[in-house]
Amino acid sequence: MTNETEPDFHAMEGNEGEAAHEDHHHELSFWRKYIFSTDHKMIGLQYGFTALLFLLFGFGLMLLMRWQLASPGEPIPFIGWLFSDETAPGGIMLPEFYNQLGAMHGTIMVFLGVVPLAVGAFGNYIVPLQIGAPDMAFPKLNMASYWSYFVGGVVMLASFLVPAGAAKAGWTSYPPLADIETMGQTMWLIGMIFLITSSLLGAVNFLTTIIQLRAEGMTYMRMPFFTWTQFITSFLLLLAFPPLEAAGVLQLFDRLLDTSFFLPSGLVVSGEVLEVSGGGSPLLWQHLFWFLAHPEVYVLILPAMGIVTEIIANNTRKPIWGLKLLIYSLIFLGFMSFVVWAHHMFITGMGTSLSGFFQVTTMIISVPSVIILSGLFLTLWGASMRFTTPMLFALAFLPMFGLGGLTGLPLGLAPTDIPLHDTMYIIGHFHYIVAPGTILALFAGIYYWYPKATGRQMNETLGKIHFWGSFICMNGIFFPMFFQGMAGLSRRLYDGGASYEFAEGVIHYNPIMSAFAFLLLLAQVPFMINFFMSMKKGKKVGSNPWEATTLEWTATTSPPLAHGNFEETPSVYRGPYEYSVPGADSDFTPQNQP
Amino acid sequence: MDIPYTVKSRPDTGVYNAKLGIWLFLASEIMLFGGLFSAYIFLRMGAPTWPGMIDGHMYTRASEILSVPLATVNTMVLIASSVTIVMAWASLALNDFKKYKMYMGITILCAFGFLVIKYFEYAAKFDHGYLPEDSTFLAIYFVMTGLHMLHVVGGIIVNGYLWGPGAKMWKTNPEQFKHRIEVAGLYWHFVDIVWIFLFPTIYLL
Repeated sequence: MTNETEPDFHAMEGNEGEAAHEDHHHELSFWRKYIFSTDHKMIGLQYGFTALLFLLFGFGLMLLMRWQLASPGEPIPFIGWLFSDETAPGGIMLPEFYNQLGAMHGTIMVFLGVVPLAVGAFGNYIVPLQIGAPDMAFPKLNMASYWSYFVGGVVMLASFLVPAGAAKAGWTSYPPLADIETMGQTMWLIGMIFLITSSLLGAVNFLTTIIQLRAEGMTYMRMPFFTWTQFITSFLLLLAFPPLEAAGVLQLFDRLLDTSFFLPSGLVVSGEVLEVSGGGSPLLWQHLFWFLAHPEVYVLILPAMGIVTEIIANNTRKPIWGLKLLIYSLIFLGFMSFVVWAHHMFITGMGTSLSGFFQVTTMIISVPSVIILSGLFLTLWGASMRFTTPMLFALAFLPMFGLGGLTGLPLGLAPTDIPLHDTMYIIGHFHYIVAPGTILALFAGIYYWYPKATGRQMNETLGKIHFWGSFICMNGIFFPMFFQGMAGLSRRLYDGGASYEFAEGVIHYNPIMSAFAFLLLLAQVPFMINFFMSMKKGKKVGSNPWEATTLEWTATTSPPLAHGNFEETPSVYRGPYEYSVPGADSDFTPQNQP
Repeated sequence: MDIPYTVKSRPDTGVYNAKLGIWLFLASEIMLFGGLFSAYIFLRMGAPTWPGMIDGHMYTRASEILSVPLATVNTMVLIASSVTIVMAWASLALNDFKKYKMYMGITILCAFGFLVIKYFEYAAKFDHGYLPEDSTFLAIYFVMTGLHMLHVVGGIIVNGYLWGPGAKMWKTNPEQFKHRIEVAGLYWHFVDIVWIFLFPTIYLL
């Protein structure tokens, strides 16, 4: 393949190996290059920036909630005057507003923050480079996917401005409450339909790219683990999201055309019988929702495992222990994630035989996760590690994800789930997986691949401050949740439990947790400074600063050529993690070295 | 930089990109309609009678509300259009562009025919005052057939483009044009198959 017809541009000067492509050099317009780009790297960066902004915004919503939990009824400091009388008169948050914050924090973090960053940004940028492809298989669909995501995000943000504010029925949108909610819920459904469309376009694109565009010699078993995780993740997105789309359409019908898909006969709201035909079932929504949302949990975690695997192999200078076993576990995990959804529904009264089935599948699905985690731990054995910033984040992921996973076991068994259901315990459990788990891994990925995207390295000192700050604060926020939950503190209390006698013994944790939440915001400041300053002032590095083996480092420049990626299409001769091979010239052997 | 395997098939997978893409897309579509079929089963299992009470009348068979003859005709129309789209693709394979235009034209006309019949069906329901809000049976009927109808409209748009302005590609890149017809045909077969499941499930059972 040659680069003769399409234009190239070089965003950075002074990198090695860039001289060859000065011919046929005509620039794309600003709009085509940065806004409506079809280049997977630019789309990946667009996804990344947008998702990081949404993560910050979703975190901001949480800080407001944490203020309310720590000091119920006190006016919000500094920014209290910003809020209208319908949300927080005199800066004192109303319960309705608190519910909006809760529902939108979950929605934004999952669907607009973590998944777009893990899949849209990292997947888009890295996967074609790792498999030696010139771009994604369908570049225009790729652009459509980003813009659909963007519109979905705008709709979600706009929902705060409609009468009575954004959705208040939780990120799970359970009917009947969601069916009779205010207009914000309709906006939520419309936003979700855009986000689902975006995910589906992305999933088709990733799968086609990975199956069709692998470079010569890049067999499935030679694919880096990160690409494998994206591969399985795309299957989950492809097959799990459509039922939620169906459910969303049904809920829209319920809300706009007065149907009764999720409304039983004789439902009484505020003392009056609701005038609907009835005959529906709220359980139907839960089944359709969790059929998506359980695989979605693995969409959140698998790319994080992929990032961590890349970084651990690179910084231990060792091959990944049992790579094949890890890949098979990953595939098995993907299959199993479709048959565990009702473990979110043990207290709905769906019957003991169904509960029994889902308890068994839930215990089974923990096995492949443990195998993957064990493989990564065993890789550390006897390694002489490089404690770089990305490695610190990746190392922290292992015990944090382990803690999140282990605390999930009692939730997977009905007898222990029933008292813990809907308490702070479950909030602690899944935040351990997603926040100190996935989000730390995503930071690791940013530090690790930053030199690839910019040609410069991020500052190590600021990175380490960022790491220790985030690591300590996250544990400070989430660990006390286990104590609170085991004492029975419910997850959705507007005053954090202050008016409930049974919660008296555990609410003194609330101010401590909130203090850690605000410190966590502070801990992100070095990251923000580092992120923007390093673009201009970071240490210039060559194409492979980490001395890695995979194609994105060994076969391209930093940043890679726009539209085309490779000077010439690489061929692959070996597995992804050939570090410290006895008898080799150096301690890493690139995949494209014959 | 050209993306490989847009026209030629990749030797080890045996398909070109768009063909794999459409199969994956159809897999997600199956899950979409699968979700709705599951909802149908769920609602029906939870109902004491089906279709049940609508506006004070008790119905025990769907055919007392819905028109089986019209739906049967529509089934025939869709199956016919599935045959003609294959003929359209086969005509291109035989290098007969005129026949392609004819068969693709018939396919599109069949799709319009389906919509016209569907219109009469819906109009009859509305005339009787049967609306989605009146019972879960009518609600799921309108959602499922309505979503299927949107897919028919989508098919008309795609096939119409390939019949009209999109057909120019036959002169510049016949191989890829043939692929486009094949991909559109796969989608159209899917729309047909969904109806073949919808018809007995909603009208007959």
